[in-house]
Amino acid sequence: MTTAAATVETKVGPPRKSSMRRDRQRALFWSYVFLIIFVIFFLTPPVYMIITSLKTSAEISAATTPWWVLNPTLQNYVEILTSRTYLTFFRNSAVVALAVVLVTMLVSIPAAFALSRMKFWGSATLATGVFLTYLIPDTLLFIPLFKIFVFLHDLTGIEFLNHWWLLIIIYPTLTVPFCTWIMIGYFASIPKELDEAALIDGAGYLQILTKIFMPVALPGIIAATIFAFTVAWAQFLYPLAFTTSTDQLVLPVGIVTTLIKGDVFNWGQIMTGALLGAAPPLIIYAFLMDYYIAGLTAGATKG
Amino acid sequence: MAQVTLHKVVKNYDETPAVRGIDLDIADKEFVVLVGPSGCGKSTTLRMIAGLEDITDGEILIGGEVVNDTPPKDRDIAMVFQNYALYPHMTVFENMSFGLRLKKVARTEIKERVENAARILDITELLERKPKQLSGGQRQRVAMGRAIVRDPKVFLFDEPLSNLDAKLRVQMRTEIKRVHQKVRTTTVYVTHDQVEAMTLADRVVVMNAGIIEQVGAPNELYHTPATKFVAGFIGSPAMNLVPCALEETAGALRVRLNESVALPVPAERTARYRPFVGRDRLLFGLRPENILEPRGQLEPGQQGFEVVLDVAEPMGMDTLVHFLIAHIDVCGRVSPNAGAQTGQRMKLVADMNHMHLIDDDSGKVV
Repeated sequence: MTTAAATVETKVGPPRKSSMRRDRQRALFWSYVFLIIFVIFFLTPPVYMIITSLKTSAEISAATTPWWVLNPTLQNYVEILTSRTYLTFFRNSAVVALAVVLVTMLVSIPAAFALSRMKFWGSATLATGVFLTYLIPDTLLFIPLFKIFVFLHDLTGIEFLNHWWLLIIIYPTLTVPFCTWIMIGYFASIPKELDEAALIDGAGYLQILTKIFMPVALPGIIAATIFAFTVAWAQFLYPLAFTTSTDQLVLPVGIVTTLIKGDVFNWGQIMTGALLGAAPPLIIYAFLMDYYIAGLTAGATKG
Repeated sequence: MAQVTLHKVVKNYDETPAVRGIDLDIADKEFVVLVGPSGCGKSTTLRMIAGLEDITDGEILIGGEVVNDTPPKDRDIAMVFQNYALYPHMTVFENMSFGLRLKKVARTEIKERVENAARILDITELLERKPKQLSGGQRQRVAMGRAIVRDPKVFLFDEPLSNLDAKLRVQMRTEIKRVHQKVRTTTVYVTHDQVEAMTLADRVVVMNAGIIEQVGAPNELYHTPATKFVAGFIGSPAMNLVPCALEETAGALRVRLNESVALPVPAERTARYRPFVGRDRLLFGLRPENILEPRGQLEPGQQGFEVVLDVAEPMGMDTLVHFLIAHIDVCGRVSPNAGAQTGQRMKLVADMNHMHLIDDDSGKVV
């Protein structure tokens, strides 16, 4: 009996192995097919932007191939980088984004710590509520927000609208809920015994947060930081609604409103401006990618 | 001086009672082990001593002071957790010195104390490593080191060996005992493993369903259990517990297990057991090592009987034999040379001098 079973198994063995290999090859083949489709789909626009940014306006309007540069020029880059307005946009964007990141972290980290660790009345409901606010789209929020600041102006006499710093107050309504939510998840994955050990070692809540939680949850904090920065950098609707003067604009709105003069689309400069505007998040992603991934997959496996 | 006293301590989670009013006195320098099945309230009790759980009712005193409302950091205790709870971003040195650094102890003194503790635990060469680079046993040592460094009044251990593999567990058990003999700090140790409890403790506290079943030295619990629960919990393999009837013939008592097996009660226990003659719901208890193969002349109190072996399990040093009496599996422990084999008919001897009689209504050993 046993020998018969063994021979059957050896007969079945090899073809099964090779069919496994074939399965794997087929899977790999289709993976590559779809990956290539995705890469083409997502990289075509930026490639097109780079190509266009290297062309003169004359070459863009001439009906030659859009996929090749015949007379490459850096003229667009020179013009953009020496233009005072563009640099103002850039500065506004940078200050707003960095300040928003700072404000978001100052609010989100303590909030997440409190919601994940200090059991108090309504803490669970509050944690859910934080996330639910994130689900309300900004297209619904900007009109009431606008009204609030008009009302505040009437009340206090301070002019909020049409100042770039107003964005530092508004953007956290988008970033704080999501960042808090990420951090709650991350903090929750830190074993409870760790804060208990620290508590016994003589640490207060603030020390537990700064000396234990923040270093341990660093990947999560970095993930939240990148998210907050990206949102603050790329937000379009709020600055469009809340700021109008050229010197108060941030990049995404500035490029669209100032580089389109009347009905003249200066495509070369628009593309250049957009590319340069996309550079900072790209650089940050490149450097912090590993942390970002580690942050988003936190708690998936035991460390 | 650091005795720990629990006075009518109660803990309820919402409406569910976890600990139902326990009294316990732990002397200075004593090693006390709380043992019991999961959910018996032993960990909760430890965490209440640590200050990690509020006390619903009663009092806890450390070193003569009521600490009910004292936060953990002011209780001068150190705790070792089951999962070690080492700070993953700190080196071993930083882990061990964290408490001292928070207390702003001088740097030279910190260094001295950490190195001293590291020497005791033999982890001096690990001080610069991160917890991730350590094995389970090493992490356990570091966790103990972190406790020793603080030189607390009381050590609290919460199932510290449960995450280790069997061999390492035995090693670390010895290690903990050795460290306690060196450091001599009052220790409260929680485990569900009765072997750990027996080997480590000066005194064992057996808990069940939120109350203390019995407190005593390991051998005391083993030989004179006070309740059915302790009798069944302490010892491995567990004590045999068989429903029985107590009969009296001509002044002598006999324990009847079924139609064919009736075992005589030793004469000196007759007076103690007589009130239970004819009672329902009695349990006869005898440990496996008191059921053995005949070895020459029967001594007083020993009684032979014959059974068909259900299973024989050779353990090397001895062989465990299982057989059924009144449909209950009974285990005996015979010499490997007795030739016990599954399915075999075998003569065995019950040493009635070690018998226990349990009143199943009250759960007490009589």
